[in-house]
Amino acid sequence: MPTRSLRYVIPIAIFAALVLLLWSGLELNKKRPPNEIPSPLIGKPAPEFLLPMLEQPEQAWSPSQLRGQVWLLNVWASWCAPCLVEHPVLVQMARDQSLPIVGFNYKDERGAATAWLGRHGNPYRQVVADRSGAAAFDYGVYGVPESFLIDKAGTIRFKHVGPLTPEVVNGKLLPLVRELSR
Amino acid sequence: MSARARLAALLLAMSAGLPVQAAQPAPVPQDASMPPPAQVEALLRSDRFRHLASELRCLVCQNQTLADSSAELAVDLRNDVLRQMAAGRDDAQIKERLVERYGEFVLYRPALSARNAALWAGPAVLMAIGFFAIWRLSRRRAPAIAPVGPTDEAALRRVERLLADEPPAGPGARG
Repeated sequence: MPTRSLRYVIPIAIFAALVLLLWSGLELNKKRPPNEIPSPLIGKPAPEFLLPMLEQPEQAWSPSQLRGQVWLLNVWASWCAPCLVEHPVLVQMARDQSLPIVGFNYKDERGAATAWLGRHGNPYRQVVADRSGAAAFDYGVYGVPESFLIDKAGTIRFKHVGPLTPEVVNGKLLPLVRELSR
Repeated sequence: MSARARLAALLLAMSAGLPVQAAQPAPVPQDASMPPPAQVEALLRSDRFRHLASELRCLVCQNQTLADSSAELAVDLRNDVLRQMAAGRDDAQIKERLVERYGEFVLYRPALSARNAALWAGPAVLMAIGFFAIWRLSRRRAPAIAPVGPTDEAALRRVERLLADEPPAGPGARG
């Protein structure tokens, strides 16, 4: 009797579908950790700011000065341990002249920040200091380090939360830079 | 690092759910953009602020509201809410400002949109499917139960005897 066998097939099929659904959810978590929040800023113009430069506080710098170039905005602080983890990756990128990197010093003391750069090397073309975090708020920064890739038109194309790794740089960031630089 | 700062860093590290921030940011000097302290005090005590802060998510301790979290970022976002309130913005504008920067994730009650319609409708749809299944099953089983009954004359007499507590007829029924 077909209905009789269906009575067993249907629950098993539902169970299998549920297993598949939950499994795919776990796989998704592997690709993008659940505590990583997709930024609503991707595809939007990079928010403007006018911030003092770390080394020359009397001079101000704004993202519009790099209009026409593909560049990376890297949010870091001397009090941030994961920033130290990603730092060699940034130094290597600067050595390879992959793209201009602008340091965004977040809620830091000037002396501590310059000492940190002196100790670990300075991969940044410019470093701006956001003492209060007001400009970081416009970028939706919620933890350091964070990196934003900005294209020639000043649009945010990619955001990475947490330390940059060689895998992220070579697998995602640099291919995108090559594509955007054409 | 002073003992106090070390303790603060330790406590911060212990507050679980910190994704990337591992140490404490430098203290921010007095913020000139904030409204006067008396106004801040009044706003902090207002039901409107409490309601707003309990509907917004802290992005560092992601299972805490802005009202509950003591993370540095939550303080900043609370201050922004206070500033916007003092500037006369309404709740929708204040929420929109945060959504523009941090995404819909900041809202504990995201608005219904085409993207999340399935999530909103999901429970109702599942419940409807469940009720439909129960209705179908109970309808199919009902006739199978109905014919069961004492239509057999012999069985009926046996039941009557049992109820009257008579020993059943036949050899060896009771020792």
